[in-house]
Amino acid sequence: MIERTPLVNLLTHLVLVGGLLVLLLPVYVVVVAASHDLVAVNQVPMPLLPGHHLWENLAVAWQKGNFRNVMLTSVIVAGLVAAGKVGLSAISAYSIVYFDYRLRMVFFWIIFATLMLPLEVRIVPTYAVAANALEPFQALFDLSGLSVTLPRWNLLNSYSGLVLPLVATATGTFLYRQFFMTIPDELAEAAKMDGAGAFRFFKDVILPLSVTNMAALGTIMFVYAWNQYLWPLLVVTDQNYATASMELGRLVPSAYGEAPVWNTAMAGTLIVMAPPLAVVVVLQRWFVRGLVAVEK
Amino acid sequence: MQKRATFRNLWLASAFIAPQLLLVFVFFYWPTAQAAYWAVTLEPAFGGGNQFVGLENFRAVFADANYWASVGASLLFAVGCTAVAVGAALVLALFADRGLRGHRLYRFTFFLPYAVPAAAVGLTFRFIFSPDAGLLAGINHVVPGLWNPALDGNDAFVLVLLGQSWKMIGYNFVFLLAALQNLPRTTIEAAAMDGAGVLRRMWDLQVPLLTPTLFFLLMVNITDSFVDSFALIDVTTHGGPARATMLMVYKIYLDGFESKDYSLAAAQSMVLMALIIGLTVIQFRVVERRVHYR
Repeated sequence: MIERTPLVNLLTHLVLVGGLLVLLLPVYVVVVAASHDLVAVNQVPMPLLPGHHLWENLAVAWQKGNFRNVMLTSVIVAGLVAAGKVGLSAISAYSIVYFDYRLRMVFFWIIFATLMLPLEVRIVPTYAVAANALEPFQALFDLSGLSVTLPRWNLLNSYSGLVLPLVATATGTFLYRQFFMTIPDELAEAAKMDGAGAFRFFKDVILPLSVTNMAALGTIMFVYAWNQYLWPLLVVTDQNYATASMELGRLVPSAYGEAPVWNTAMAGTLIVMAPPLAVVVVLQRWFVRGLVAVEK
Repeated sequence: MQKRATFRNLWLASAFIAPQLLLVFVFFYWPTAQAAYWAVTLEPAFGGGNQFVGLENFRAVFADANYWASVGASLLFAVGCTAVAVGAALVLALFADRGLRGHRLYRFTFFLPYAVPAAAVGLTFRFIFSPDAGLLAGINHVVPGLWNPALDGNDAFVLVLLGQSWKMIGYNFVFLLAALQNLPRTTIEAAAMDGAGVLRRMWDLQVPLLTPTLFFLLMVNITDSFVDSFALIDVTTHGGPARATMLMVYKIYLDGFESKDYSLAAAQSMVLMALIIGLTVIQFRVVERRVHYR
């Protein structure tokens, strides 16, 4: 549509550039603050252009926050969550969509309803479960009068503890289900006619078709897991399993203590926000697609 | 809702669904049931099994003025964040949708804040709004003591509210832009032929057509402000000063893990859960209706 609207066009540009500045300002401030020495960063008003101390601040923050271990843990955890989620939701959605059994829809709703129970809400009892993941089954055995004694399975301070509760959410299953519903029925009919079984059809038809969805879901889950704060804070007491996000909280004194050493604190912030930002910048297409698809 | 061609291999079907069902049982339904149990029982101070106390815990929660203060703060926080984040994203999306020069750059950058970890957002905003360094400290040189989030509850509230909104603007923008691009071009062009200017078309045509998306975002933003604000609060204000930013989630955390009062925390969890379930149900009813209209 071609219109001559110079005034409105000017307004459009002003609004969009304004929005861009406001949205990028915080990130810019982090970079600037991370690149000055302590005296400069505490000046009022703060310097508006980056200084020359970025690398040494990053190095100090890297050392102070123990980021070598912490980043590694975060990469492992986020990677496991993404991979686990992509695999687990693919198979459970396949079971719900492509098989005909009576409990199909019941299972779907059981999984789907968990969207209403975010971790933050059931945080205390979930923590109790993490102390012994087999406790629910033990309790069920006790209730049913069977005298079975299960071993304890402590998830605190372990990768399983960091990963499993995040993998359990329903978003991915829902995404795959929506996608499977759009796959033409003829494909499954043809596969059956050719004598392919359920597993063969899954492996040779469904999986190759789902690559796009897997990339989208994987990207989102990586960022989601990386950004987790509350859960790692609870399950991890052993420094070997600390994740980057939770470590950030420890890098600065609490709100009412003395002022943080801002230049290294901001350098730490930069370190922690860089990986998810990089993932999103590189895989932007998948991220946006997945975001919109999950919520539809 | 059912495939025409399905498989009958029940072994595979069960093997494929079992892992997720087990995880969901252990990490969702069991803890929820546990919370419900704790909410109606009390643990005796000197050991022994939990005693059933009915709604006593809820009564204790509701009788606490601090609880109502945290409910009030949470609601104000939800309304404020949603208004700022959805409103700003709407304006940006409407203008970006015009496709003028540079719109690809905007599409690319506007949603980036959503990828930033909440803890990093918190620390960033704490620096920007700190009273003696950062961007806003200049005010205190002009009028000493005007701005101090560590002492003034309102200042602290504004700080966390802006942090949460900043993060959500990008998210809302993605959805609103996608919805705008799905609107029928013909309707917009017809309005243009009738002489409706750009701004009039935005206000009288595009915004009303966006209501389903706006409503969906309203619900998501409210839920997110209830739930996802924990990290933000924990690295900025710790619920203070003087409980000004003590949101419901943060209070549950403190009561549960600092005071070790599981029953009280569980009762509050149940209330918050009911709130979130209510919001989700409303959201799905509306989304469902929209799907049928298409």
